[in-house]
Amino acid sequence: MLCQECNERQATLHFTKIINGEKTEIHICDVCAKEKGDHIPGSKGFSIHQLLSGLLDFEQPVSHPTSQGGTSRREALRCPSCEMTYDKFAQIGRFGCADCYKTFQSKLDPIFKRIHSGNVVHGGKVPKRIGKDLHLHKEIEKRKQELQALIAKEEFEQAAELRDRIRSLEKSLAEKKEG
Amino acid sequence: MSLQQFISQAISPWMKKEGPNSDIVLSSRVRLARNIQDVPFPMLASTESLVSLSDRVKSEYSGHSHHRFGTIELLNTGDMKQNEKRVLVEKHLISPALSDESRAGAVLLSEDESLSVMINEEDHIRIQCLLSGFQLSEALKLANEVDDWLEDKLDFAFDEKRGYLTSCPTNVGTGLRASVMMHLPALVITRQMNRILPAVNQLGLVVRGIYGEGSEAQGNLFQISNQITLGKTEEDIVQDLQSVVLQLIQQERAARKALLEQSRVQMEDRVYRSYGILAYSRTMESKEATKRLSDVRLGIDMGIIKDVSANILNELMILTQPGFLQQYAGEVLSPEQRDQRRATLIRDRLRLETKKDN
Repeated sequence: MLCQECNERQATLHFTKIINGEKTEIHICDVCAKEKGDHIPGSKGFSIHQLLSGLLDFEQPVSHPTSQGGTSRREALRCPSCEMTYDKFAQIGRFGCADCYKTFQSKLDPIFKRIHSGNVVHGGKVPKRIGKDLHLHKEIEKRKQELQALIAKEEFEQAAELRDRIRSLEKSLAEKKEG
Repeated sequence: MSLQQFISQAISPWMKKEGPNSDIVLSSRVRLARNIQDVPFPMLASTESLVSLSDRVKSEYSGHSHHRFGTIELLNTGDMKQNEKRVLVEKHLISPALSDESRAGAVLLSEDESLSVMINEEDHIRIQCLLSGFQLSEALKLANEVDDWLEDKLDFAFDEKRGYLTSCPTNVGTGLRASVMMHLPALVITRQMNRILPAVNQLGLVVRGIYGEGSEAQGNLFQISNQITLGKTEEDIVQDLQSVVLQLIQQERAARKALLEQSRVQMEDRVYRSYGILAYSRTMESKEATKRLSDVRLGIDMGIIKDVSANILNELMILTQPGFLQQYAGEVLSPEQRDQRRATLIRDRLRLETKKDN
């Protein structure tokens, strides 16, 4: 079979693309494959992120009408810190900053499930220094909720004790940050 | 520069140590991806903030001594010549992306080159520990120590639920990629790889040919690594990989034994033919070189060839890459010139072995 690009050399790369059920076949030679570069998987220009974006973009409607009907809900999702939109994230397969994880929170579980065989919650190492703070933060949050509950029940004596406990926790957190 | 001198400079000290099961597992690698709190990931960060990060790492860590790795030095990719960077890529100490695409890219290197920390690659920090042979747990332990050492002074982006936050969702959680480079010629010759690969993939591991594309692994070298980084502990990830690697080692050994018992003459023929070609060729493409070197290494491991040292495959696989050939030649080479230099280098290297015996 001759290369469909140059019609001179033998085609050595056979590549079938199926997008939304539409099948395209490409038969080209080494030389043209290198020139076409980006469009052929396995060539240098093809990255894991492009592969991934297929995975991330599963909310994409099958047909892509050029709608002018205002901004969709998806477009509205924009990270306040780095301005990354969910659309862009889905397209390039990379987060812009740590805050993107919070901004796109509602969309991430299905994506992580696909990539990490069903896992969505970290089960490994916790950094030593920041990890301790996290632990304290968590405890303070929990105590504050308990405090609200006590106040609601008008158990003021216990509430006062708890308030002091929270203060001392907050103090040790502040000391840690300064130290 | 003499060939011996060149080799001693070109081959990382960690490679010279013979690790466990090094007849099949050439090297073990653990990589941890980390990012700095409140700085956008390198793709979106301002060049200013990336420069300030690499400067900060330099002032806090470069020239300092780590109790395991000795003195650590920081190199800025911006200060390096193209070929110097290429050589680091061929030694697997930095990635092609850090070499060519990063802004304010830098690498912290230990003296024995078993530790490299890339700065401002896809993530702000990528810790990598490389050891010879099958030493994944050891590599993880070392990488963890370096992680703690860096975390002492740098605030890493970490989320209680998602773990270490990374630029790519495939790395989130542990940020851990553990991998081994395996030489599996007997499984390829006996056509068992086609059966094994899908099974390994099903276990959440990825198998890739090295120095080759797709399923065609040049030199019968395969890289096996974990795919999942979220939801499991670092130790579990490494253990799962280890158990599969151990099975592959056993299968490869069994296949080698069977080949020797059932087709000794054919194996000897294959090995000696390749040896002859390596010893006498005047021009050789890298693809053929890796193939022949794989045969000779198999011959050494099977006891067919006795007077050549086993690390010749690892050594020449790196030395015959374009960057090294050009560094040795001291000039830029055309592909044809490289093929000639490659053939010469291999002949000279093999001659070193025979000289050693006399």
